[in-house]
Amino acid sequence: MTTETRLRAPAVGPDPKRRNNLNRGKNLNRGNRKQARRNTLIGWTFILPNFLGFLAFTLIPVLAAFALAFMEWTSFSAPKWVGLENFERMLGSDSFWIALRNTVIYAVGHVPLTLVLALGLAMLLNRKLKGIGFFRIAIFFPYITSLVAVAVVWNMLFSPTDGPINQFLQFVGVANPPGWTSSSDWAMPAVIITSVWRDMGYYMILYLAGLQAIPTELYEAAEVDGASPWQRFWNVTVPSLRPTTFFVVVMLTVSSFKVFDLIVVMTNGGPGRATTVLSQLIYQEGIGEGKFGYSSAVSLVLFLIVLTVTVLQFKIQQRRER
Amino acid sequence: MTHLTQDLKAEAVAGAASDVSARDEFRRRSPREQKARTLNVIAYAVLVVLVAALMVPFIWMVSSSLKENNQVFTVPIQWIPEEFVWSNYSDIWTRIPMMGYLQNSLYLSVIITILQVLTGSLAAYGFSKVRFPGRDVLFLGYIGTIAVPWQAYMVPQYIMMQQLGLTNSFNALILLQAFGAFGVFLMRQYYMTIPDELCEAARIDGLSEYGIWARVILPLSKPALASLALLTFVNTWNDYMGPFIYLTSNRLWTVQLGLRSFVGQFDAEFAMIMTGSVISVVPILIIFLVGQRYFIQGIATSGMKG
Repeated sequence: MTTETRLRAPAVGPDPKRRNNLNRGKNLNRGNRKQARRNTLIGWTFILPNFLGFLAFTLIPVLAAFALAFMEWTSFSAPKWVGLENFERMLGSDSFWIALRNTVIYAVGHVPLTLVLALGLAMLLNRKLKGIGFFRIAIFFPYITSLVAVAVVWNMLFSPTDGPINQFLQFVGVANPPGWTSSSDWAMPAVIITSVWRDMGYYMILYLAGLQAIPTELYEAAEVDGASPWQRFWNVTVPSLRPTTFFVVVMLTVSSFKVFDLIVVMTNGGPGRATTVLSQLIYQEGIGEGKFGYSSAVSLVLFLIVLTVTVLQFKIQQRRER
Repeated sequence: MTHLTQDLKAEAVAGAASDVSARDEFRRRSPREQKARTLNVIAYAVLVVLVAALMVPFIWMVSSSLKENNQVFTVPIQWIPEEFVWSNYSDIWTRIPMMGYLQNSLYLSVIITILQVLTGSLAAYGFSKVRFPGRDVLFLGYIGTIAVPWQAYMVPQYIMMQQLGLTNSFNALILLQAFGAFGVFLMRQYYMTIPDELCEAARIDGLSEYGIWARVILPLSKPALASLALLTFVNTWNDYMGPFIYLTSNRLWTVQLGLRSFVGQFDAEFAMIMTGSVISVVPILIIFLVGQRYFIQGIATSGMKG
């Protein structure tokens, strides 16, 4: 570090014992202003390299997205303030409603299935067994496998004629197995199955951390009281996992509403518009067709949905805790 | 959300401690130990079947990659190819510019990871160990943007890059992905667990703040650095939407884009498509197997993906 010698640290830096704010205020007044200024300078030099990039490429675009939603701006015209016009147009367009409906359907399928399977797997894997680490890793691995590979493989597995999944279904006695990604009714279930398979390992890890935090005394006490395994699950495990479950539900719901790349690669919104979701609509309108203002209005709706879901879940959680 | 994740981490630590006591107790009661053992055998059997079922897509991918195109979809399914067509793995390099794709992916992943880890750990030090007015408000701004889905601001980002003339270049992706708030958040979470007294001692010994960062904090935060580096690398390697939006010329394509376009063009070359998929996954598998501990820790710390 060449800067080391140039910028000497103050003898008294951040307060190690965290004195209360009142005291700190007094210190500042007593002539430690210079010190505070120095700290500010040092603090900013640490933050700056990241902050510049963050400001330019995240913060400003975020703020711009809000403003653009109220403007008419396409790649062929100059930006113009139009108030709520974009929103009116959006509410009157079926592609918006179809995308919204598909996104909700995806979330309704993806959230509970992933949650239940992740919890089930975590319960199964929360024991001391030789080689348990291998099973955990194997179940987690789909989550970090490249999405294109996942989508490509599942598309082939779902192949309506001769695909392994339909062969299996026929084997167990389903006479007319679904057409999956080639059928507008079954494309969404196919996407949901793929995404559940991909994501459950990740949430399983979160649940494992939660399960390992439950004191064994609770189970022992329940056993002494004669509780069956089922009762122990409902009266010890489920309540103890409530904070984890809350976190998992928030994360799952938010990520469901953001679903994007899996759909682009697997079905590209088709067949027809059967799997078009909000993110894709934003992409098509904004980057595909250059309707910057209109697409930002859709973005704002996506953001508001995500925000509402998060706030709502926080509220529910708070009420439960009381 | 910060509280929650901190709780999770604390819980994980507490959990590890209670596991030890549980083990001791099992040793004392032998009938229970026996019951546990039979339960374990059942669990083991269930797990083997279950994991095998969950791994079917991978098994099928590898097995198909070693077949002829017309042998991929057969009735009944052939799990082990009749004869192994190893030539798929040598032919793919000439069928598509796979080497170029791999190089592009590697270049982007390495540059973005280095920048993210470096700027993230610096900023995290500023946010956790240096006290100055406005710091916490600024950090709140960082956290706030994590909550905004990136799809909601991808259009303004795109307009910006277009105006800077950076579309169809790696620089667009590097600028957009190297300064994420996520890295700062993850590193700060970890730095908060390092006692301030350590920094204080170093200060008294005459180290500058930069010296403390480089010589005290960085060596102590190796696990967190490893987590962040691995998560960033894998996320960049796997990223599809970024390259899809910004990289239009074939010579800039990453593995993901190259593979997707191959599927689009030659959708009947099933075996070769699977070969490409295997090649795109292998680097991730290696990295994951080497650093899986850090992946898991990173997730337990942040409860978040990049």
